Amino acid sequence: MTLDLPLLWTLIIAFGLMMYVITDGFDLGIGILFPFVRRRGDRDLMVNSVAPIWDGNETWLVLGGAGLFAAFPLAYAVILSALYIPFILMLVGLIWRGVSFEFRIKADDAHRPFWDRAFAAGSYTAAFTQGVALGAFISGFRVENGVHAGGPLDWLTPFNLFVGLGVVIAYALLGVTWLVLKTEGDLQARMRDLGRPVTGAVFLAIIAVSLWTPLEHPDVAARWFSTPNLFYFAPVPVLVVLATWLLLRALSGQRQAAPFGLALLLLFLGYSGLAISLWPNIIPPDVSIWEAAGPESSMGFTLVGALIVIPIILAYSGWSYYVFRGKVKPEEGY
Amino acid sequence: MFGLGALELARIQFAFTISVHIIFPAITIGLACYLVVLEGLWLWRGRDAYRELYRFWSGIFAVNFAMGVVSGIVMAYQFGTNWSHFSTFAGSITGPLLAYEVMTAFFLEAGFLGVMLFGWDRVGRGLHFFATIMVALGTLISSFWILASNSWMHTPQGHEIIDGKVVPVDWFAVIMNPSFPYRLTHMATAAFLSTALFVGAAAAWHLLRRNDSEPVRRMFSMAMWMVVLVTPVQILIGDLHGLNTLEHQPAKIAGMEGHWRNEPGKGAPLILFGWPDMEAEETRFALEVPRLGSLILTHSLDGQYPGLADFPPEDRPNSLIIFWSFRVMVGLAVLMLALGIWSVWRRWRGTLYQPGWFLRFALVMGPSGLIALLAGWFTTEIGRQPWIVHGVMRTKDAVSDHSTLMLSVSLVVFIVVYFVVFGAGTRYMLRLVASGPRLGTDEGRPRQRPDARPARPLSAVEGPAGRPDTGPDTGPDTGPDTGGDNR
Ligand code: HDD
Ligand code: HEM
Ligand code: HEM
Repeated sequence: MTLDLPLLWTLIIAFGLMMYVITDGFDLGIGILFPFVRRRGDRDLMVNSVAPIWDGNETWLVLGGAGLFAAFPLAYAVILSALYIPFILMLVGLIWRGVSFEFRIKADDAHRPFWDRAFAAGSYTAAFTQGVALGAFISGFRVENGVHAGGPLDWLTPFNLFVGLGVVIAYALLGVTWLVLKTEGDLQARMRDLGRPVTGAVFLAIIAVSLWTPLEHPDVAARWFSTPNLFYFAPVPVLVVLATWLLLRALSGQRQAAPFGLALLLLFLGYSGLAISLWPNIIPPDVSIWEAAGPESSMGFTLVGALIVIPIILAYSGWSYYVFRGKVKPEEGY
Repeated sequence: MFGLGALELARIQFAFTISVHIIFPAITIGLACYLVVLEGLWLWRGRDAYRELYRFWSGIFAVNFAMGVVSGIVMAYQFGTNWSHFSTFAGSITGPLLAYEVMTAFFLEAGFLGVMLFGWDRVGRGLHFFATIMVALGTLISSFWILASNSWMHTPQGHEIIDGKVVPVDWFAVIMNPSFPYRLTHMATAAFLSTALFVGAAAAWHLLRRNDSEPVRRMFSMAMWMVVLVTPVQILIGDLHGLNTLEHQPAKIAGMEGHWRNEPGKGAPLILFGWPDMEAEETRFALEVPRLGSLILTHSLDGQYPGLADFPPEDRPNSLIIFWSFRVMVGLAVLMLALGIWSVWRRWRGTLYQPGWFLRFALVMGPSGLIALLAGWFTTEIGRQPWIVHGVMRTKDAVSDHSTLMLSVSLVVFIVVYFVVFGAGTRYMLRLVASGPRLGTDEGRPRQRPDARPARPLSAVEGPAGRPDTGPDTGPDTGPDTGGDNR
C-alpha cells in the first residue's frame, strides 16, 4: 500500500487554512467593522458574539503553520523567511487584536477607546498582511539551493497589495453576515445595510483578482486555460455571480443565517480558484509538493495523529459553537 | 545595531520573545489545575468560598491565557522567520512535535475555554467541570510536546542524518530522549510552584490589608501547602536533572559549576560564588567548599567530573552567565523552602493569617517562582550553546539570512509592542488580583470594584457579591449570569 503522503498533507493543510479563513475571517471582520459602529453597547455585543470561540478559530492558523512545518519543512522555511516582514506585521496585528478582547473590558473608561482602536487596527493589519502573503504566494518565490534567493521587499508589488485589500473586504463580508446571524434589532439592520456595499466590493475584488492574476502571471494563465482545468473551472464564475445575487437578496429580506452561508460559499469559490492556480506547487512557481516534502517517517507519524484527532477537534469545536448558538443578548453575561 | 550581527540579533529576539511567552504558560498551567481543584472541591463540599475563588481566579486566568496565546503564536512562526536553516535541517522532528501539540493540546484548550469561562448557565455542572478539566489537561499535554521537542534539541537521539537533513527513524526514541522526563517534570513542577507563590502573594496582600475573608484564607492556606510540599520535590527533581545533564551535556555542568580542571586524585570543590572568566580559563574570587561538588555530582568525595578546560574553546558555553543564572534558581529554591517551613511553623502556632513579617515575606516571594523558572531556562539554553541541536548543529548555522537592519527593526518592534501590550495586561491582571474575592468579607475592605458590570464578557463566571449562596437569586446586584452556581 502506498499512500501519497504529500498529497494527503496538502489536503490537510489546505483544509486547516480554509477553516482558518472561514472562522477567524469573521472574527477579524468584526474588528474591521469596528470603525463603522460607534455605540459602546453595540461594540460589546459584536465582541461578545465571538468571545467564546475566537481562540479556537485562531488555532487553525497555528495548525496550518505547524502542518507546513511538519510536512514541508522546506516550504515553511522558504515562505516564512521570504515573507518575513508581512508575517511579523501579521503577528503584531494578531497580538493587538487578541489581547484587546480581554483588555477593552478590563480597561477603565479613559483607556477603553485605546483598546477599541487597537482591536480594529490589529484586525486590519492581520487581514491585510494575510492577503499580501496570499498574493505573494500566487506570485511565487525565487528559490536557489533550497533557500529563498529574493530580496526582503519582493512581496511589495501592486498585485500583492491589492490582494491584501481584497482579503480585508472579504473578511468584512464574513463579519457582517456573521453579525446578521448573531444579532437582532438595530445592530442587525445596520449590518444588513452595510452588507450590500460590502458584497458588491467583494464581487468586484474577485473579478479584479481573476483578471489580474492571469495577466500578471502567464504560467497561472496557462494552467487556467489548458483543457481539463478550464473544464473544471468553468462553473466557478457562474456560481460566483449566482452566489452574489442570492446574497444581496438574502441581505434585503428577513433571512438570518442565509447571508452567512452564502458569504462562505463565495469565499469557498474564490479559494477553489486559487487551488487550481497553484496546484501542485507548494513553493510556486517551481517547487512541487513532492519536491518539498519532508521525510516519510515525519509525514506518516503526524498523519496518524491528524486523521484521528482532527475529527475529534471538529466534534468538540462544533459542540462549543452549539453551546453558544442563538442571538447574543445585551444583558447576557458573555 | 550596537555592533551586533544577524546571529546575535536573532538570538536576542528569540530569547526575548520566548522569555515573555513562558511566563504566561507557567501561570496558565498552574492556574488551570488550581481551577480544577477549586471546582472539584466546590462540587464535592458545596462551600461558596470555592465557587467564589473559582470566579475570582478564572477572570485572571482569562487575561493571562489571552497573553499566552498571542505570544505563543509568535513562537510558532519564529522558527521559520528567524531560524530557517534550522527548520529545513531539523523541521522533520520539531515540526511533527509542534503539529501534535496543536492538534492534541491547543485545540483542546481553545475548544473548552469558551464553555469554561462563559458557559456557566449554558451547560450543567458536570459538563462545566469537564470543560475545566479539559482545559487543564490541554495545558499539560502542551508541555509534554513542546518539552519533548526542546529536550530532543538538548539530547538528540532516534534520528539519522541523510543528505544533510535530520530524518527521524524511531519516534519513541526521539520523544523519550534522555533529558525529557527530567525536563518535563521539572518544568511542570516549576509551573505549579510559580502559581502557588503567585496565589500566595495575592492572598498575603489582602491579609496584610486586613481584608481577611474566608476565600482569602483558603487560598492562602492552599498556596502555602503547595509551597511546602512541592519545593522539596522540585529540589529533588532538579538534582536528578543535573546528574542526567552531567551524563549527556558535561560541558553545561562544568559551566554551571565554574569548574575548569580537576586536580589528580582530588575531589572537586563546590564553588558557592565566584566570577568565571572565559579568557583566563579560571573562576576568580571563588568561595569554595572542598569536595562538595564531587559529592553532589558524583555522590563520592573524590569523584571527578570533566572541567571546562577539557573541552575545546569553541565548544564551551558561556560559564559566567549560566554559573549565575543557576545560582539564582537554586538560591530562590532555598528561599521557597524557607517560606514553606515558616508557614508550617505559623500554622502550628495558629498565626498563619496574622499580618507581620511572614506575610510580607510571602508577598515579596510572589514573583520568585517565575524568576527561578526564567533563570532555569537561561541556564538550560545558554548552557547548550554553541549548539542549537547538541552535538549536531551549531547555532550559527541555523539562523536565516536576513540583514541586520531587518532584524534590528523587527526586534525593536517586538520590544515596543511587548512592553505596551504585556505591560498593560500585567497591570490589568494585578488590578483584578487587587479587587479580591468577595464572599464573607469584613467591613474594612473596599467594596467591589467600580468597573464590575455584569455585561462584561468575563463576568460569565462572576458570582454574586457579598451574599450567601442560596437558591436562584434575582437580587439587584447580580447579573443574569449567576444562575450557574445554584443548579
Ligand atoms: C511548558 C510549557 C510551554 C512551553 C515551553 C512553550 N509553550 Fe507555548 N503555550 C503553552 C505551553 C508552553 C500553553 C500552556 O499551552 C499555552 C499558554 C497559554 C495558552 O493559551 O496555551 C501556550 C500557547 C502557545 C500557542 C498558542 C496556542 C493557541 O493558539 O491556543 C502557541 C502557538 C505556542 N504556545 C507555541 C509555542 C512554541 C513554538 C514554543 C517554543 C519555542 C512554546 N510555545 C513554548
Ligand atoms: C519556554 C521557555 C524557554 C526559555 C525561557 C528559553 C530561553 C532561551 C534563551 C535565553 C535562548 C538564547 C540562548 C542564547 O542565544 O544564548 C534560547 C534559544 C533557543 N531556544 Fe529556548 N527557551 C525556552 C524554551 C524553548 C523551547 C520549548 C524550544 C524548542 C521547542 C526552544 C528552542 C530554542 C531555539 C531554537 C533557540 C535559538 C537558538 C539559540 O539562540 O540558541 N526553546 N532559548
Ligand atoms: C535546588 C533546587 C534546584 C536544582 C538543583 C535545579 C536544577 C536544575 C538544573 C541542573 C537545570 C538544568 C537542566 C539542563 O538543562 O541540563 C535546571 C533547569 C531548570 N530549572 Fe531548576 N533546579 C532547582 C530549582 C528550581 C526551581 C525552584 C524552579 C522554578 C520554580 C526551577 C525551574 C527550572 C526550569 C524552568 C529549568 C529549565 C527547564 C529544564 O531544563 O527543566 N528550578 N534546574
